[in-house]
Amino acid sequence: MSETLYTIEVEVNGKRRPGAVPARLSLVDWLRDELRLTGTHIGCEHGICGACSVMLDGEPVRACLMYAVQANSHRVTTVEGLARPDGSMSVLQDSFCEAHGLQCGYCTPGMLIASQALLDSNPNPTEAQIRDAIGGNLCRCTGYQQIVEAVQLAAGRMAKEAK
Amino acid sequence: MKAAPFEYVRAASVGEACELLARHGDTAKILAGGQSLVPMMAIRLVRPAWLLDINEIPALKFVKFEKDVARIGAGTRQCAVERDQALAARVPLLAQALAWVGHLQTRNRGTVGGSLAHADPSAELPLIAQVLGARMLMRSAKGARTLDATEFFAGPMTTAVHPDECLEEIRWPIWAERRTGSAFTEISVRHGDFAMVAAAAQIAIDGDGRCTRAALGLGGVGGTPLAFPKIAARLVGTKLEDGALQDAAQAAAAACEPGSDLHATAEYRRHLARVLAARALRAAREKATAA
Repeated sequence: MSETLYTIEVEVNGKRRPGAVPARLSLVDWLRDELRLTGTHIGCEHGICGACSVMLDGEPVRACLMYAVQANSHRVTTVEGLARPDGSMSVLQDSFCEAHGLQCGYCTPGMLIASQALLDSNPNPTEAQIRDAIGGNLCRCTGYQQIVEAVQLAAGRMAKEAK
Repeated sequence: MKAAPFEYVRAASVGEACELLARHGDTAKILAGGQSLVPMMAIRLVRPAWLLDINEIPALKFVKFEKDVARIGAGTRQCAVERDQALAARVPLLAQALAWVGHLQTRNRGTVGGSLAHADPSAELPLIAQVLGARMLMRSAKGARTLDATEFFAGPMTTAVHPDECLEEIRWPIWAERRTGSAFTEISVRHGDFAMVAAAAQIAIDGDGRCTRAALGLGGVGGTPLAFPKIAARLVGTKLEDGALQDAAQAAAAACEPGSDLHATAEYRRHLARVLAARALRAAREKATAA
């Protein structure tokens, strides 16, 4: 039995990306395997670890808990979409680098998406708000401390840039 | 791809969803936020032939108020409910419970109706639906009917919703008493996980601090979330002294039959039930007193 393919068109990082997908293909598999956007990582594949976080219409969601066909006619931002237009790192990405907000890097794309979504809606978060925002993302290296510091550093830098 | 193959259809309206359900019956599953169903499909606990996506039905996403009822569309995202100030003022248990539900990424997709229809006995929204006596409106091609929370929750992951029905709306009672307080608390392995035990309480008092109405419930200690209307009614007329609250918590804990699993023994769950019920009652009393 051949599976039905569903035609989709998703705006991914500002570009319209067409596709033909089986219904059971997860959004994260489509992004990685078809679009070759391998920045988004796959961890647990059932909604626990947060590594696959992407933004759907600007809000962070788990890309393993959505089928690609559901993203049809929506807007998706992956970690690749966080960089500046010239390809250089964003303020938040630079801050992760500087504050040692990563070690092995597995959780990093999810952490960046969750933190960026926080800073988009709340440019000056408290430590508790940062911890809450990344509460759905597991990191086994950093103990989270440097990730929190990286987000604080980014918030400070963004505030300065805005002046 | 982890899920078994299925056909996908996006319903544009509740009417279309009902027609599709009538046609496909129990070979179809409704896909709301997917935060429970998609993982269950990934481990192939559930293998529907048809997945009926109701995410793009605007008519299922609303919050409306009537005199003593807050009506919430079943497809309303949990994050939208959590941020709704008017709801927080009228049905404060909703935001209090949602603070314990999953994480931001899951609440951005997860829906109110999806959580209730999934009916996990340790989940937060089913518990407060039970405590407040919410009413569920279900629709099928044949018509609509409503059920009380006590009738709606039939067992672990089991509701009274028929295979051809779609949960359309949840009606949450608004307590009119000015001095009303409520509280939700739970213990879980990590914040955002399902509760080992959860407790919710709501209390109204008069000008003298005497209880005029009370509701209490526990989750994670039975096949469905449990409410204890008779035990809570004993608090009415009292001044809600610590001893009275302790007695109510003790009685509620004694009335439930928790099970043992990897995370907690039945004995520990019963202990938590007593402690958390007392905490929820005391916190609700403090808020009512401050109101």
